[in-house]
Amino acid sequence: MIAADLYTALPEIILALFAMAALMVGVYGGKDKLAEPILWATAGLMVLLALFVGSKGLETRDAFNGMYLSDAFSHFSKMVILISAAVVMIMGQGYMAARGLLKFEYPILIALSVVGMMLMVSSGDLIALYMGLELQSLALYVVATMNRDSTRSTEAGLKYFILGALASGLLLYGASLTYGYAGTTLFAGIISTISEDGMSLGLMMGLAFMLAGLAFKVSAVPFHMWTPDVYEGAPTPVTAFFATAPKVAAMALIARVVHDAFGVVPGDWSQIIAFLAVASMFVGAIAAIGQRDIKRLMAYSSISHMGFALVGLAAGTAQGVQGMLVYMAIYVTMNIGVFAFILTMSRDGNPVTDIGSLRQYSKAEPLRALALLVLMFSLAGVPPLVGFFGKFYVLWAAVQAGLTWLAVAGVIASVIGAFYYLRIVYYMYFGDEVEPLDRVAAPVQATLLVASAAIMVLGVINLFGVEGLAALAADALVN
Amino acid sequence: MVGLEHYLTVAAALFVIGIFGIFLNRKNIIIILMSIELMLLSVNINLVAFSSFLNDLVGQVFTMFVLTVAAAEAAIGLAILVCFFRNRGTIDVEDVNVMKG
Repeated sequence: MIAADLYTALPEIILALFAMAALMVGVYGGKDKLAEPILWATAGLMVLLALFVGSKGLETRDAFNGMYLSDAFSHFSKMVILISAAVVMIMGQGYMAARGLLKFEYPILIALSVVGMMLMVSSGDLIALYMGLELQSLALYVVATMNRDSTRSTEAGLKYFILGALASGLLLYGASLTYGYAGTTLFAGIISTISEDGMSLGLMMGLAFMLAGLAFKVSAVPFHMWTPDVYEGAPTPVTAFFATAPKVAAMALIARVVHDAFGVVPGDWSQIIAFLAVASMFVGAIAAIGQRDIKRLMAYSSISHMGFALVGLAAGTAQGVQGMLVYMAIYVTMNIGVFAFILTMSRDGNPVTDIGSLRQYSKAEPLRALALLVLMFSLAGVPPLVGFFGKFYVLWAAVQAGLTWLAVAGVIASVIGAFYYLRIVYYMYFGDEVEPLDRVAAPVQATLLVASAAIMVLGVINLFGVEGLAALAADALVN
Repeated sequence: MVGLEHYLTVAAALFVIGIFGIFLNRKNIIIILMSIELMLLSVNINLVAFSSFLNDLVGQVFTMFVLTVAAAEAAIGLAILVCFFRNRGTIDVEDVNVMKG
């Protein structure tokens, strides 16, 4: 019994044990001299675990009396989380090392937060959900403060910590009300209580508080205040990490909670999610127009993208969940490409994040400028690039679920949002002459940038099969 | 007789005081940390009250987890605050303003 349970949770156990062992090796071995080998080992292990999780395929099991669920949905999310975390770590390694930030704790903290994310997407119980979420958040607070001699980085960490702790408090209050009115913390128990006795006011309050807490984690409006500051203040590799894996995990967690625990009353939560979605899409699109710092711009861009992913969830159908998963996979790929580019932006060896510095970039680096152009068009959702299909899936799911107004709002928001993506392209090709950026070789970043852009073009053929996998994952969640 | 609703009322009141402590306080970040702790502890009152009302131990188990996490969270919060103080030389809420959000 216990052996079967442990086997089911093996990926998380391996990664957690690895993180603890690596911490010991780091402390008693060579401290920061070992940072690079530990980083590569962590990234390698994450890729292996992604393959292992992927090999479980459609198998559905639960462990620890239903507290831990292993199904196609969790496998899909875990693969996206593990691969993106590994890629982002490798991508940022050079930047961190050049600025003396590559401490051996960095890969270990990332590994621990990834364990938290994997527990989040596999949780089948409010306690497991809370523990996974906190493991993720506590590690991320520290990572945001990684550059501890910088005022900006510590301020980013402080703001993230305070608002993150507030979000955990809201989530926990919701969890306590849900427990009290459902009489159990198991998702399976909550859903059977609701289908027998209906939604009581207490459960409604619990659901609303939990969604508010989770909305913080995906930085949905009106809980987005921390995002621009944390994105700007944290070191760029850390920002790239914040923009990818944790967003996937939190979005998958919202899907898990609303479908596994409250799936019988979609009308009650889909209004809340639809509101979050509309507000995020518009605030993200409009507030980004005034931004001059590319990291802040990407923060508002990610707020807007989270709005689109929430449109899929608001539909409340398997098709909506599929759209959300496809959208998140595409979003992560695009963000890896864009952040790979931001990592190379420097002048006289110092990082630059002002978008004005990109003027006439196409003359110096035509290939990279072209790749960035493709990514910007894809982020804006211009057909026929892959980014368009992501938006198409979620909006079409909303139309199918009778939420046509939400889809129309999404189209309008994406038109507004296109403005600031296109401005970057305009600067690169038609801007005035400015002092050019350094021409850095950066082979890893350049490869990822071009690869990500190539995926955006070549994926048009069949989205590399992600669509079919996401459909299987969504069917496992919504049944 | 003190019933479930009395406990829930106290917990809700403490929770709201905690939230207001975070948003209305203009003085010191330590007060924000105390407010966060207040929020988490009010949740614990909720959980224990429900646990006793439902005759179900899970709520108390949950409370133990929350207490542990709250301790870890306070430790990390104070560590970040120390780093911030070293850089800025102040922990006034008004001075957390290098970046405007």
